[in-house]
Amino acid sequence: MYRYDQYDQAMVEARVEEFRDQARRRLEGKLSEDQFKPLRLMNGLYLQLHAYMLRVAIPYGTLNSRQMEALAMIAEKYDRGYGHFTTRQNIQYNWIRLEDAADALADLASVEMHAIQTSGNCIRNISSDHFAGAAADEVIDPRPYAELLRQWSSFHPEFTYLPRKFKIAVIASEKDRAAMRLHDIGIRIVRNDAGEVGAQFYAGGGMGRTPMIAPLIRDFVPIDQMITYAEAALRVYNRYGRRDNKYKARIKILVHELGAEEYIRQVEEEFAHLLSVGVEPPREELARIAAHFTDPPFADGPKTIDRSDPDFALWVDRNTHRHKHDAYVSAVISLKPVGGIPGDATADQMRIVARLAKLYSFDELRVMHTQNLLLPHVAIKDLKAVWTALDAAGLGAPNMDTIEDIIACPGLDYCSLANARSIPLAQRISERFAETGRTDVVGELKLKISGCINACGHHHAGHIGILGVDKKGVENYQLSLGGSEAEDVSLAKITGPGFDEDGVIAAVEKVTDVYLAARADGERFLDTYRRIGMEPFKEALYG
Amino acid sequence: MRILTGNDLRSGAVVWWNGSGWSLFVDDAVDVGDDAEEILAREEAARRVNVPYAIEASIDEAGHVRPAHIKDRVRALGPTVRRDLAVPTADKTGWDWVI
Amino acid sequence: MGNARDLGTSPDEVQFRFRDDEPVDHGTVTVDACCDQTNATAVRIEPGDDARLILPFLYRLALVEVNFPVFGDGRGYSAARILREAGFTGELRAVGDIGIDQLSHMRRCGFDSFAPDKRLDEDAARRAFATWENVYQRAADARRTIADKRHEA
Repeated sequence: MYRYDQYDQAMVEARVEEFRDQARRRLEGKLSEDQFKPLRLMNGLYLQLHAYMLRVAIPYGTLNSRQMEALAMIAEKYDRGYGHFTTRQNIQYNWIRLEDAADALADLASVEMHAIQTSGNCIRNISSDHFAGAAADEVIDPRPYAELLRQWSSFHPEFTYLPRKFKIAVIASEKDRAAMRLHDIGIRIVRNDAGEVGAQFYAGGGMGRTPMIAPLIRDFVPIDQMITYAEAALRVYNRYGRRDNKYKARIKILVHELGAEEYIRQVEEEFAHLLSVGVEPPREELARIAAHFTDPPFADGPKTIDRSDPDFALWVDRNTHRHKHDAYVSAVISLKPVGGIPGDATADQMRIVARLAKLYSFDELRVMHTQNLLLPHVAIKDLKAVWTALDAAGLGAPNMDTIEDIIACPGLDYCSLANARSIPLAQRISERFAETGRTDVVGELKLKISGCINACGHHHAGHIGILGVDKKGVENYQLSLGGSEAEDVSLAKITGPGFDEDGVIAAVEKVTDVYLAARADGERFLDTYRRIGMEPFKEALYG
Repeated sequence: MRILTGNDLRSGAVVWWNGSGWSLFVDDAVDVGDDAEEILAREEAARRVNVPYAIEASIDEAGHVRPAHIKDRVRALGPTVRRDLAVPTADKTGWDWVI
Repeated sequence: MGNARDLGTSPDEVQFRFRDDEPVDHGTVTVDACCDQTNATAVRIEPGDDARLILPFLYRLALVEVNFPVFGDGRGYSAARILREAGFTGELRAVGDIGIDQLSHMRRCGFDSFAPDKRLDEDAARRAFATWENVYQRAADARRTIADKRHEA
């Protein structure tokens, strides 16, 4: 994986000192909150419902055991012993003191980590496929391109005060495991017929109050022009994205209002201009970065798994993913124990995961957009030992992509923007389905819960989505069906009037009843919904 | 009644105006009536509190202060899903009325 | 509207300047006026203006002011780079709501003169201009980037 050189290290250290100075000026009253807010946000520091919250980037979701141990240390030293992994490959600490924040950032910098641009109207953490470098189906490892973009976007002088936040995801498979087309810019690394590597660009996707699927804006950008093209796409947005209305300021609105064709025309014009200016990093830089992502020394070994322990076998079926080397698998570490808080991990759990990565996964870990963790390279011969250790630590839930594997934003329990709580719903739904044994029966079903219209819980992209709203001061929940963040991307549709907490849990059960009654062989919930449409579900809910 | 709340600038902790300073406990909150704007401006300028605002609240039979809006009730107690981290309070019935 | 001079900042209002030539003290006009008029030598770009409209007139412009009515509106950063990319070598002055923390990025985008609404602390500004010993991106300041340095051998 990527390691900082002296320059990268100096950059994060300079940033810590810059922030230390900004925080000091705020505490001394030289900066007002209005002036300080964008600065602290660009260092990942929010003021949330109960306290300051620090969001730390895990670029393209990759980290090593030393970094995970540092995250555990920060949870204990500066916070309350836990952290929350998010849908964009970040970790959030909920109880950071402003006067400690610079020290926490300095500790992060000592392990090549940072919170740079994890908030604010700038280019955010670059996310990627959590199976990158391990998946059997990828064209190439997308992470070198993500790292090149990380460096380009860090402290970008022109794009630090954009109309609104800007999220980029990079993948390199037909399968989309990063919600790529629901990003401001989605990039798929591809090979053309001549075998050359290039970048396919999508722009103007997003969730929030106006969900949109990003249209393709360029089929193939030669890889040694990728940064230039990204710069052109951003410049058009910076100049013409709306600034009169915060809710219409994302690039999706610009692309929608101009029309994809006109946006493409403007970007192409800017691209041609920037090619003549010359903003692309030297070609050797990509090669230098890529050299950090060579395969670890995989060794041949057993390819079959002893399935005599049914609990282990279930976990293998659910939580492991095919690896490009047939003596290995990628193993998902569920942060979704039944009744638990989706995405939360204690410092002790982080240390256990770090140890397992060191012992069994070439010292590598991933953070998944589903708020789980991943050991990317586990030898099949070690799988039982890994599972045994995970299970003992409460990290062995065999529920990847089931209805227990719920994405939930922090909601009204933590977030100052939320209108309703998300976490208690996730807890009760997972308990309910585990109790009744329905989880197994239902199979793949992606349930996503957001506590407000900002859609951090990706409810628009859930096979079942739940949106919490404020109905005259009381929590109320809207149900939607048919969304997907994957390669078969679609936006969920609202079923009808909302429900109270008990009502929405019952409603989720009812729609799974409809599915079970109607499903054809091998159909997932989403497939059945797409075949039979909304009506039968509506009928069951409101008929 | 009208009470004032905000976050402590240094720690970020939720605080409530008790008439002479900022308390961690919602039960210490006092009715500020028409003085809200003046106190808010003064206290924020002095950096004794960060982004403070005025809210409606009531007092129950047992004398506990109850913010009108659910969001401020959650702020008063802590995350409902981590009651082990709750703001320490004598109000044992707090969780019954937060939602 | 008053006369054209009212639009611009005067040299006295410029707090930081990275040029050796005499500060420009001509009447500053709007982008529209600049396009219509044949003799304007100084122009002021507002956030909504298209900086490219004045590219045909750069030969006669000695000063371009870019206004930042609020620091969070970053359109002026693109305007500045566009002018420098087109070869503008005159004074490029950032004016308006400019704080310490915007200075280094503005400098990278090609601004070489700064007239903040509120005068900034001199020491803090000097530190801010020098914050980034190295830079990741190519920009209008033609600094060698980190990637350039990594591969220069």
